[in-house]
Amino acid sequence: MSSTRVVVTGLGTTSPLGGDIASTWEALLDGRSGVRPLPYDWAEQLPVKIGATVAVEPTEVLERVKARRLDRSSQFALVAAMQAWTDSGLDEYGADPERVGVAVPSGIGGVQTLLSNYDVLKAKGPRLVSPLAVPMLMPNAPAATVGLYVNAKAGVHCPVSACASGNEGVALGIDQIRLGRADVMVVGGTEAAIHPLPMAAFANMMALSKRDGDPTLVSRPWDVARDGFVLGEGAGVLIIESAEHAQARGARVYAEVLGAGMTADSHDIAQPEPKGRGGARAIVAALRESGIEPGDIKHINAHATSTPLGDLAESLMINDTLGKHAQDVVVTSTKSMTGHLLGGAGALESIATVLALHHRVVPPTINLDQLDPAVDLDIATKPRDLPAGDIAALNNSFGFGGANVAVAFASA
Amino acid sequence: MASTEEIRSGLADIVNEVAGIPADDVQLDKSFIDDLDVDSLSMVEVVVAAEEQFGVKIPDDEVKNLKTVGDAVAFIEKSQNG
Repeated sequence: MSSTRVVVTGLGTTSPLGGDIASTWEALLDGRSGVRPLPYDWAEQLPVKIGATVAVEPTEVLERVKARRLDRSSQFALVAAMQAWTDSGLDEYGADPERVGVAVPSGIGGVQTLLSNYDVLKAKGPRLVSPLAVPMLMPNAPAATVGLYVNAKAGVHCPVSACASGNEGVALGIDQIRLGRADVMVVGGTEAAIHPLPMAAFANMMALSKRDGDPTLVSRPWDVARDGFVLGEGAGVLIIESAEHAQARGARVYAEVLGAGMTADSHDIAQPEPKGRGGARAIVAALRESGIEPGDIKHINAHATSTPLGDLAESLMINDTLGKHAQDVVVTSTKSMTGHLLGGAGALESIATVLALHHRVVPPTINLDQLDPAVDLDIATKPRDLPAGDIAALNNSFGFGGANVAVAFASA
Repeated sequence: MASTEEIRSGLADIVNEVAGIPADDVQLDKSFIDDLDVDSLSMVEVVVAAEEQFGVKIPDDEVKNLKTVGDAVAFIEKSQNG
């Protein structure tokens, strides 16, 4: 692997906290929750009736005809990519299309299109199934939609690994640039799975919290009373490019993306390896690829979804890999506010990590009223300043199937 | 039986829904592909919606012959009368 330096030059999101980067970041620092009662009639019959729906409907942003030809997951990806592309300045710079690639997966794909067309099939017969269903529901539709928007011709990719997908998109982007396959990569992830079938399935596998009461208190990573995650939706997109390319066009640089580690537990299809050893190997690999030491890490945006086992395993792996330096790291779980965006999570949390380095402040973890005594981390419960100078941060993501992806970023 | 103008007007609403073209622009001499931004997949949507609305069958083999709005109106009129 070459030592090509890769930098982050553009950011975009549509999230449960806001329809863009500025509103989402402000809400993260304010400790506001995006979890709310689901505004759908079907939620009544479900064991879980809350979720972190997007703050701004994509149909408010996209042209009607454009929106109706896209699955909701692609709508989110497109909205985030439009912002990121503009933010990077590449819309006006005019990058060489053959040097621009995309890696924007989702964890589940166009599940709402698939199921709504199945409803049509059952109710009205095959003639009424949409001729647009296949290009809408295929898992690579969000990546392809983004690719069409930015005119990417260096490859359009969809590296799926459930809840680690967004981070794997970032990791693939780094590789594509370092392998010389692209100068610019549009990376991230998206998810739109707030629908009765995935909701019922996640609830039945005991992954979702069934806590009653105020929805904003339900996602509570590392708290003794945590009992599962809250399903969220939305997308995050980052523009990353070779430092040389960014410098040549005088681009504003948010942060450097140093490298990634990707491993598999090979333990269980859904349960995390209880000691977090797979995740630990991903962190070690990310540090090695990035050429940094445990003491360089000052912040971790944890995967911590608010599940009993996963949150604990992540505490173990951070301590195992960073040793005595683990206590110098300000850790947070932004999922306490955003819920769990599945394939979008690693992307939105990469953005939060980049902004934490850029603004030198870590967003809080909300609802951490009583820390699980088995968790040994310095968790931000209020916004926490990061030190000046050259510092690095990690974003962790883990997915069903045993996928572990850690991405390392550094202050610019 | 719907009149020619009623069929054109119904098709115009369908094309507006599918392709976003103002209904007033959907006139008999307009080509679906060249003038109205209706690509091949959208054309299938238009055809299926027209079948529902006008109670006719438009076979897949026939769709390629429906180049203009007038072609489609004529085919629907003929089917309704047949």
